[in-house]
Amino acid sequence: MGGWERFTETFLNAKVMARYWPDIVSGLGTTIELAALIVVSGLAAGLALAVLRSFGIRVVNWGIIFVVDLFRALPPLVIIVLIYFGLPSIDVVPSGFVSTWLSLALVLMAFSEEIFWAGITAIPRGQWEAARSTGLGFTQTLAHVILPQALRITIPPLTNRTIAITKGTALGSVVAVTEILGQASSAVSNSYNPSPLTLGAAAYLVLFIPVVVFGRWVERKFR
Amino acid sequence: MIQAKGIHKQFGALHVLKGVDLDVAERELVFIIGPSGSGKSTMLRCLNRLEVPTSGSVVVDGIDLLDPRTDLNHARQRIGMVFQSFNLYPHMTALGNVTLALRKVAGKSRAEADEIGHAALARVGLAERADHRPGQLSGGQQQRVAIARAIALEPRVMLFDEPTSALDPELVGSVLGVMRALRESGMTMVVVSHEMGFARAAADRVMFMDDGLIVEQGPPAQIFEAPLHARTRGFISQIQRH
Ligand SMILES: Nc1ncnc2c1ncn2[C@@H]1O[C@H](COP(=O)(O)OP(=O)(O)O)[C@@H](O)[C@H]1O
Ligand SMILES: [Mg+2]
Repeated sequence: MGGWERFTETFLNAKVMARYWPDIVSGLGTTIELAALIVVSGLAAGLALAVLRSFGIRVVNWGIIFVVDLFRALPPLVIIVLIYFGLPSIDVVPSGFVSTWLSLALVLMAFSEEIFWAGITAIPRGQWEAARSTGLGFTQTLAHVILPQALRITIPPLTNRTIAITKGTALGSVVAVTEILGQASSAVSNSYNPSPLTLGAAAYLVLFIPVVVFGRWVERKFR
Repeated sequence: MIQAKGIHKQFGALHVLKGVDLDVAERELVFIIGPSGSGKSTMLRCLNRLEVPTSGSVVVDGIDLLDPRTDLNHARQRIGMVFQSFNLYPHMTALGNVTLALRKVAGKSRAEADEIGHAALARVGLAERADHRPGQLSGGQQQRVAIARAIALEPRVMLFDEPTSALDPELVGSVLGVMRALRESGMTMVVVSHEMGFARAAADRVMFMDDGLIVEQGPPAQIFEAPLHARTRGFISQIQRH
């Protein structure tokens, strides 16, 4: 058997791929579901924290900064493992899916809070003063004047950070989430052949290349 | 219309206002001059509580601005302010800038607010620019939109903080023209500016501020031609040389 044949036999084995592609597709579905949940809840929580921080209540802000720094410092896998293996000891038993969702949502919350906050503080003081001088209240000014401008400048960094964190869904395979990598790994151990990993990589590309291209477009459009 | 008494303002150790009294009658135009850093902006900002005085009292149109029970957002609708740097909302059209507070503070419907907004823009000569964003307008036009944003709320007093200082010379006239018209309509105005021509033509009283105090005040002719204090004389000859 030549080198090329051995290579295709190992990584592009048609028989193995034919048998396991439905699993990979189902993994793709799980990854999309997990990613969507992380993006929506992580960004919502991040924005909520940034808005809360803008009220300037000192104790609250210390808390926010502590939480944000914590989840920016910890490796995401460590958070997943802590939640999945740690919480059961206090009788909370999250599934691998929920552990991964929670962990990555917390990480995205932390990073996006910093990005939203940077956006809010980048808006000149004169915008606040003009709005307040016409009688708008603090929250009205934030909602109608500050946030619409702040969100616009946060879109490029936010898109990049969101993509980076969403790819972390692959970490779910460690805690038995049947997302793309999880499905591919078990297919590999069942078939004694790594070809499902090739399929898995292809599935990630199908999912993330459009997202990355979208991110590039967003960056150009909003710069 | 405005009674400000004994205003002191400190930023930490920096004593910016050192006991300023300012009384402005209804329909009066008071013009404030003074060197950079003398506290003119801070004084003006105390009159709508963008700045809270360290001590003193500020009453505008019978409302005590320093009383904690005062509904500040309500009071501020009656006190229009125009800034040196316009501070228009860049993400909104000219009309959007003018109508935001009408809808959110004055509680007008969108249709009502738009009608008032169009009328305010017409008053500053920008009826045709209602759908333009600030970025598509010249500095003079932006400042006139800012004036429209304030007058749309039908304020009792208008405060101007160097409204023409950021403008190219050829655009100054259009803004001063709007201010003249506003003055002729009977608006009570406090104007911080160095436009001596405007002061001569429109001001009832000129105040010279230096180092956190009002050094002297009087009719424009007196302050410009025969100031009593050496500091006033020095300042006026300095800005006339420009
Ligand atoms: N928010 C602030 N914090 C600290 N210092 C300030 C603040 N605002 C103004 N100042 C200081 O107060 C002084 C007077 O400023 P200002 O009222 O803007 O003067 P003017 O408008 O006459 O140029 C300046 O020294 C300025 O640096
Ligand atoms: Mg100033």
